[in-house]
Amino acid sequence: MRLLEFQAKELFREYGINLLESRASNDIKEGRRHAEELGYPFVIKIQVPVGGRGKAGGIQKCQNADEFELKYPSVMDLKIKGESARAILLEKMADIKKELYLSLFLNRSKRCYTIIASADGGVEIESVKNQIIKEVGLGEVSSELADKVAQEMGLQGDTAKEFSDTLIKLSKLTIEKEAELAEINPLAIMQDGSIMALDGKFVTDDNSNFRHDELQKYQEKTEIEERAEKSGFSLVELDGNIAVVGNGAGLVMSTLDMLSDNGGKPACFLDVGGGATTESVYEALTLISKMNRVKGILVNLYGGIVKTTVVAEAFLKAYENNLMDLPVFARLKGTESEKAKEMLEGSRTKIFDSVEDAINSAVMGIKR
Amino acid sequence: MTDIFALLKGNPSDADYQNKGVIVQGITGAYGSQHTRNMMAYGTNVIAGVTPGKGGQKFNDKVPIYDTMQEAVGATGAKISIMFVPARFFIGAAKEALESGIKLLVAIPEHVPIRDTMEVLNLANQKGAVIIGPNTPGIIIPELIKIGIMPPTPFKAGKIAVLSKSGTLLYEISDALTSSGFGQAITIGIGGDPINGTRLIDAFDMIKDISDLKGLVVVGEIGGDSEEILAQRIIDSGFNKPTVAYIAGRAAPKEKRMGHAGAIIMGNYGSAESKISMFNKANIPVAKRPAQVPVLLAGKMKKSD
Repeated sequence: MRLLEFQAKELFREYGINLLESRASNDIKEGRRHAEELGYPFVIKIQVPVGGRGKAGGIQKCQNADEFELKYPSVMDLKIKGESARAILLEKMADIKKELYLSLFLNRSKRCYTIIASADGGVEIESVKNQIIKEVGLGEVSSELADKVAQEMGLQGDTAKEFSDTLIKLSKLTIEKEAELAEINPLAIMQDGSIMALDGKFVTDDNSNFRHDELQKYQEKTEIEERAEKSGFSLVELDGNIAVVGNGAGLVMSTLDMLSDNGGKPACFLDVGGGATTESVYEALTLISKMNRVKGILVNLYGGIVKTTVVAEAFLKAYENNLMDLPVFARLKGTESEKAKEMLEGSRTKIFDSVEDAINSAVMGIKR
Repeated sequence: MTDIFALLKGNPSDADYQNKGVIVQGITGAYGSQHTRNMMAYGTNVIAGVTPGKGGQKFNDKVPIYDTMQEAVGATGAKISIMFVPARFFIGAAKEALESGIKLLVAIPEHVPIRDTMEVLNLANQKGAVIIGPNTPGIIIPELIKIGIMPPTPFKAGKIAVLSKSGTLLYEISDALTSSGFGQAITIGIGGDPINGTRLIDAFDMIKDISDLKGLVVVGEIGGDSEEILAQRIIDSGFNKPTVAYIAGRAAPKEKRMGHAGAIIMGNYGSAESKISMFNKANIPVAKRPAQVPVLLAGKMKKSD
C-alpha cells in the first residue's frame, strides 16, 4: 500500500528522522485548532496518494488566518489526478538552505535494496541530476556506506553526519516494514545546517500485510475494493465507461490496451483470477453494477479447461435477478462455446469469437 | 547456467530419460490435487507428494505421500518439485525442498512476500538450484512434461521458445502460435511478482542454445526493467534467432498495481514505452495484440531466410 505523506511521516518520527512540526486534519474546524497550535506562517498540504501536488496547487503557504480561511477549503476541494483529499496537513514553514534527494527502493533486477541520493533534490526523480546509486543487499545500510554517500554528495561536518544518520534510520524503517520504496524528497539542509525530511513517500509490500498489523490503520479501501479482495479479484477503478473483465492480470491489461487502441474508455480493470466459475463471474457483475459510470461490459476469458456455458449462466442469472441491465460483449475461449451462444441468444450478452470483434462491437455499441 | 533440459529430460543414458520424477508439495489440497491429476494426465511422472500429517497415505491410490520433503526426496531421488502451498508457507516449504536436494522448484503460490522470495533465492543460489516463480503458471515442454497449472490445449511440440510474465497471456499467445503452425520447444512462466526466481534474462540463458530453436517469443508487461535488460542481453549476445515481443499494459495508469504484484509503473520505471523502445533498439518487433505475434514471427522468419 502507498502511505500518505503524513502517514509516512508518522513512521519517520517513530524511527527518529528529523521533521518539522505538523498536524493532519479532516475538516476546517480541526484545521483551525491546528493553525492555532502551530502559529503562522505555515504550509497547507493536500494529502493524496499521488505525486504532482505542488504543480496542481495542492501545497499553499499561509501567512495569516484570513488566508487560512480561504485556502484550506480550496485545497480540500482539489482533485489531483482524479484523487480527492484524504486529509490536510499543516506544517511549519522551513528556512531551507538546500534541497537534497534520498530514497531506498527494492531493485527488482538486482534483487536488493538500492540507495539513490543526490545533492540536487526537490524535483521529480526523473529530473534529479547527479544521482548517486548504491546497491545495499538485503540488510540495513552500514554507517560506512552512509558516510560514503554523504561524502560523495559533498556534504560536510555535522550536516554529513546528520545525513548519514537519516539514511541509516530510513533503511531500518524500510527493512522492518518491508517497504518497496521509501523516499524523502526534498530532504532539506536548513539554514542552521540541520537535516529535515520535508516530504515522505512510502510504499509497502501488500503481500506482507499479514505480518504488519501496525500498518493496517493506513489501509484504505472502498467498499467495492474490499468486496473484490474478498473474492480474490484484482480491481483498479478507471474513469471511462466500459468495464473490462477477464481472468489473469496480463490478459486483462492486454484487453485494456486493445480497447484503448480502438477508442474505448475503460471504466475498470477487473481480474477474476486464474479460473472462472459461475459464482466468480456473477460476483464480478455485481461489483460492476455498483459503478454508476459503466455503460457496458467487455469480457475476455481464456478458459482453457473452463466450460463457457458455466460463465454464460452467470450473465443469465444477473439479468434474471435484475442485478444489471448492461450490454455485455464477451469473448469466451473454452469448451462448449456454441452451446453458450445459444443460451445467450436474445439476451443483452453477445458472444464473439475473437476479442477484436468483441471490442469493436463494444466501442460502436456504447455511446460516450 | 543451469541446463534446464538436463533437469527436465535427462540424458538418453538415464534410466528415467524423458520420464523425470516430480514431487508435489501440497498434494492433498483441493487446488494441488486437481492440478496433480491434470499433470499426471499430461504424462508428467509425479512420483511423490508431501503433505505434513498425511505421510503413509497414497494419492489417487498410486502416488506415495510423505510428511516431509526430506523423506520424499530420500525415497525417490527426485530433483524437481512443484509447490501448491498457501503464500505464507512458501518460505518454509521452499527451504525444506532446497535443503533436501531439489534442483528445480516451480513455485505456484501468488502473494508471497518479497522478503521471503529474496531469502529463498539466496539459499537457492548457495545450493545451485533454480526457482521458477513464485506466482508462475509453471514450465512445459509440450507433449513431454508439464510442471504447472496451464491447460494443455494451447501447447504443441515444436521449435519456438516462449517466455512470459503472465499466465493467461502465455496460454493465449501459445494458442495463437500453435494455430499458426508454430509449436513450442519449451514455454516458461516467469511469474508476475516484483522479484522472480528466474528472471527473463535467466530464462533466455536457459533456452538460447537449444540447437534446433527456430524462434523466441517474449511476453512481458509493465513493471520493473527485466524486459529492457533482456533486450540488452539479446543485443550483446548476438542472438540471431527470429524474436518477437509483446508487452501488456500500454494503457495502464501510473502508480497503480494492475493485478500482478509486479505490474506497476513508478515514474518512468516499468513503463511500456521504455520496454518497447528497448526492444525496438534490439530490432525486435513488438506486437500490439496477442494475435499479431505469430504474424510478426512469420515475417521475421522470412527475412532471416
